[in-house]
Amino acid sequence: MSITAIVINAFVVFCLTLSLIKDREKTKAALLIAWNATKRLAPSVLAVVAVIGLIVGFIPPRWIATSIGGDSGVIGLLIAALLGSILFIPALIAFPLAKSLLDMGAGVMAMAAFITTLTMIGFIFLPIEIKELGKRFAFLRNGLSLVAALIIAVVMGLVLG
Amino acid sequence: MSKNKEEGTGAAAKTPLRKRIKWDLVALAASAVALYGLSLAFPDKGERAMVASWEFFKEMAFVLPALMILMGLFAVWVDRRIVVKYLGKGSGTGGLFLAIVLGALPTGPLYIAFPLAAMLLKKGARVANVVLFLSAWACIKLPQELMELQFLGWKFMLLRLGLTIAVLIPMALLAEVLYHRGERGRIEPFAEEEVEMVEESLGIKAPRTGPAETEA
Repeated sequence: MSITAIVINAFVVFCLTLSLIKDREKTKAALLIAWNATKRLAPSVLAVVAVIGLIVGFIPPRWIATSIGGDSGVIGLLIAALLGSILFIPALIAFPLAKSLLDMGAGVMAMAAFITTLTMIGFIFLPIEIKELGKRFAFLRNGLSLVAALIIAVVMGLVLG
Repeated sequence: MSKNKEEGTGAAAKTPLRKRIKWDLVALAASAVALYGLSLAFPDKGERAMVASWEFFKEMAFVLPALMILMGLFAVWVDRRIVVKYLGKGSGTGGLFLAIVLGALPTGPLYIAFPLAAMLLKKGARVANVVLFLSAWACIKLPQELMELQFLGWKFMLLRLGLTIAVLIPMALLAEVLYHRGERGRIEPFAEEEVEMVEESLGIKAPRTGPAETEA
């Protein structure tokens, strides 16, 4: 268990204890919400675990390097941004996926673009966003989010790449 | 208004969720079958794949339950009404940062945020605030940041977080300018009574004399 994981768990145990002291019923409700969310996320977690195995075991690192590697430049950036925009992967499990791709030679710029578009732009939610907020608002927000994600990714790539 | 309510919460909460769960299972079945089949065909590569899967599974199992509990705690302890209270009409530049902070609180999935955001717009909140609130809700969440810290390290996490905030603010302001440029497709602010009705239907009725109200 890494130090980060220990710190995270200690922090949550602290919050949970505090919550228990303040209100038993509310804490119970919180745990129920957590349990339901876990059940909902479980298939995705297991799917990502399998996909990571496939990436590490069976995809030649050369493919990753040429498509989304550090030297793939604009093409890699656009591939990653496109995948991030259209795929629906819960953000929580996207980070391990990105880590496995980075380990296999993917570039920081492409991975930053992937994660940022994944969380910021949700095509799956677009119909709801249009229904609730109107086409104008939804298209403006998602369109500008794409631009924002690309800027973030390029700067990340320049700083950490 | 009851029609609006049904569309807002009923349809939004049920259909996409059902769709998503199906896709989850399809993805799980496909990837599991592919992993198993390929591992049988290429045993040495298969072993490397299994080791990687197992290592990542362990690392996720160490933090995911804690993050789930954290989300549950926030959902229970943070009252969603504060969003309406503080981001209503009349919140100025400070409102931009507030929008980010309020959006970042892990109080629920994105489809809950849309009716909230629509409410804010109808109440006459700044478009930039609403854009920021939604974007922050989507991509800056405490559990997400912790997961990013765990897997991608503090440098990656902090830099991306800082850049996200730095880029989102001008983006939201630009969205506001573009939104107001043409009148077509704009959401007209509601009358007082209508706002109250929507608030009641969403169960997020803000106290009448909140700070945001008196400022305006």
